[in-house]
Amino acid sequence: MALAKKLDPTKVTQSLPISKPESRLYMSFISVAFISLLIGGLMGLLQTLVRSGKFTLPFGIDYYQVLTVHGVILGLVLTTFFIVGFHLAAMGKTVGISEQQLRVAWIGFWMMFFGTAMAATTILLGEASVLYTFYAPLRAHPVFYIGLALVIVGSWIVGFVNWHQLAVWKKAHPGKKSPLLAFMVTINTLMWFIASLGVAVAVLVQFIPWSLGYAETINVLLSRTLFWYFGHPLVYFWLLPAYMAWYVMIPKIIGGKIFSDSLARMSFVLFLFFSIPVGFHHQLTEPGIDPTWKFIQVTLTMMVVIPSLMTAFSLFATFEITGRRKGAKGLFGWFKKLPWKDVRFLAPFIGMLAFIPGGIGGIINASHQMNSLIHNTIWVTGHFHLTVATTVMLTFFGISYWLIPHLRGRKLTPQINRLGIIQAIIWTVGMTIMSGAMHIAGLLGAPRRSSYSEYAGGDQVTEWIGYQMAQAIGGTILFIGIILMVYIFIKLTFFAPKGEEEFPIAEEEEDAEPTPAWFENWKMWIGITIVLILAAYTIPVIDIIQHSPLGSKPFDFPIGR
Amino acid sequence: MIMHLHKYEKIWLIFGIGSLIVFLVVLGYGAFWQGTHPQSHGVTIDPNNIESNEAFKPENLGLTKVSDDKYIVNIAASAFFYDFGKDEEGKTVNHIRIPKGSTVLFQVATKDVVHGFHVAGTNVNMMVEPGYVSSLETVMDKPGTYTVVCNEYCGLGHHLMYATVEVYE
Repeated sequence: MALAKKLDPTKVTQSLPISKPESRLYMSFISVAFISLLIGGLMGLLQTLVRSGKFTLPFGIDYYQVLTVHGVILGLVLTTFFIVGFHLAAMGKTVGISEQQLRVAWIGFWMMFFGTAMAATTILLGEASVLYTFYAPLRAHPVFYIGLALVIVGSWIVGFVNWHQLAVWKKAHPGKKSPLLAFMVTINTLMWFIASLGVAVAVLVQFIPWSLGYAETINVLLSRTLFWYFGHPLVYFWLLPAYMAWYVMIPKIIGGKIFSDSLARMSFVLFLFFSIPVGFHHQLTEPGIDPTWKFIQVTLTMMVVIPSLMTAFSLFATFEITGRRKGAKGLFGWFKKLPWKDVRFLAPFIGMLAFIPGGIGGIINASHQMNSLIHNTIWVTGHFHLTVATTVMLTFFGISYWLIPHLRGRKLTPQINRLGIIQAIIWTVGMTIMSGAMHIAGLLGAPRRSSYSEYAGGDQVTEWIGYQMAQAIGGTILFIGIILMVYIFIKLTFFAPKGEEEFPIAEEEEDAEPTPAWFENWKMWIGITIVLILAAYTIPVIDIIQHSPLGSKPFDFPIGR
Repeated sequence: MIMHLHKYEKIWLIFGIGSLIVFLVVLGYGAFWQGTHPQSHGVTIDPNNIESNEAFKPENLGLTKVSDDKYIVNIAASAFFYDFGKDEEGKTVNHIRIPKGSTVLFQVATKDVVHGFHVAGTNVNMMVEPGYVSSLETVMDKPGTYTVVCNEYCGLGHHLMYATVEVYE
């Protein structure tokens, strides 16, 4: 490194004021996310109640309609709106936004909003009970697919704004390293763009013409492959904003410094590399993909273990160093110095802990052979309720406690802080029961995405139903947590006392090693990402197309159209 | 090193990456040397006419004894039904019995949308997709009654799609 160029280490302002018009945009995104939380959460509650066998849906509402709403509104709408809003706020804070960029970002917002409304309408009319994965050859109403496409394209527009924001900043600050948060947002939007190209191609080229009747048949396996090319990076798109909060905000909240700027950047770059060329691990039990290529993508999948280990090390190193600076003694004395009574720390911390079993479960899921035992069982549902619905959601809640009052010119009061702590505990208890029961029932073979059924009866099924009862109890507790969170959101947005709440951005250690300049080499990062994707997908996709069977005509009757 | 790493972090990463390599070698050994790949045969079939394949002609559906301890089970899946053929009395079969220790080849194809085929609690777990034959051979050596469930969403009656497999001593 001695010979390589080093970036100018002089400090640049990392904290710009956020104007009223900016705040309005960011809050619009976040508000849609919280409304989605309420609707999607209610759907989740109804599902667990139906599956308990003690409750039937009123007004002829179908279970799978409810399930489609739950998946689309929480998996796609809540997450994307919150993340895009958070990305914008992080960029506005660190590199700034121009009036023109703001205007373009609003276009993105309205596209996403109308896309969501279109998809929601078709689902509510019972024209799109295809679940959020919309697997062909089940055919939803064309407007459903068009709505989804608009949500994605809208999110791209905001992503382009984010890139432009960084480019403008870099021009104004030649030779300076980009602020860490801006670097992370750029990585995440890059990953999102490259990944969602896959599903965009599937929707625009395959689904829309076929659903409108212009194309007679669809290549089912190709559509699934394109979906999962997108579907796995999607989960990292959810996770990386949580990592941003862990790397950049949490150290500040606990009164510490960033453990290592380069390490944080490196882990994000590795996530960019290894989150996309891995979709086959969702398709391990499919008949038409060569097993060797499945195994290659399994290997690539497991590479994300490396940045995950780096992250775990950095976080706990920050905790320990900070605790010791505050006078902690002994091997674990620093643990007591952490601000347990500060919800901005506690909620994301519980999220970090949930990621330990979540990550282990993920390794099991992607493990070529072990996958056969749990594929499409409710174990998988239990898994992502730990990762996205606990790790990611509790961190997003943790972000909301300071971001919303910061944007609204209000304060997080001790009373709301206390409510937040109660909320985090309710969430933890509810999720432990629900996700735990899902994991166990899944190991016993209980299927996911299925309404209440006694099948042919027998011991096996009786056992599943017992765990479904536990899921209903956990789901009810979680819904109480959701109501409390929405109450907190309203309170923070409209009623908390006026004041200033900090946007926490931690600094590096005084004597930190300078970050190598090659981190700013975006062409290299994008180049390696594309090479990895081509290496993992070119041959198997050609194989899928060359050896594909006749295409499938659309089916409407199974979803009651 | 081109990037500074803390000493403990190096130890942590070497240990972590080392474990990862061991883990992948174990998976790879199982897959390539012991043949424990998940099902992937790439055998295609006409999705509009699965009967064009010998195995899925109505008379060949259900359980067939091939030799003393070898069986084939052919299943035609459609929304929301597994067709195991008919018994001697012409009644629809949705329960099959297999003696313990038998080698069983399950072959499934769909007439319409994507389905799942899971002998719940075992690793006989396959996606069934239009245009492909899903197949998996296994030894059924644990007695009991297993529920066969469709575990991929196939429409409003998805949860009503099932059968049972009994492994008897």
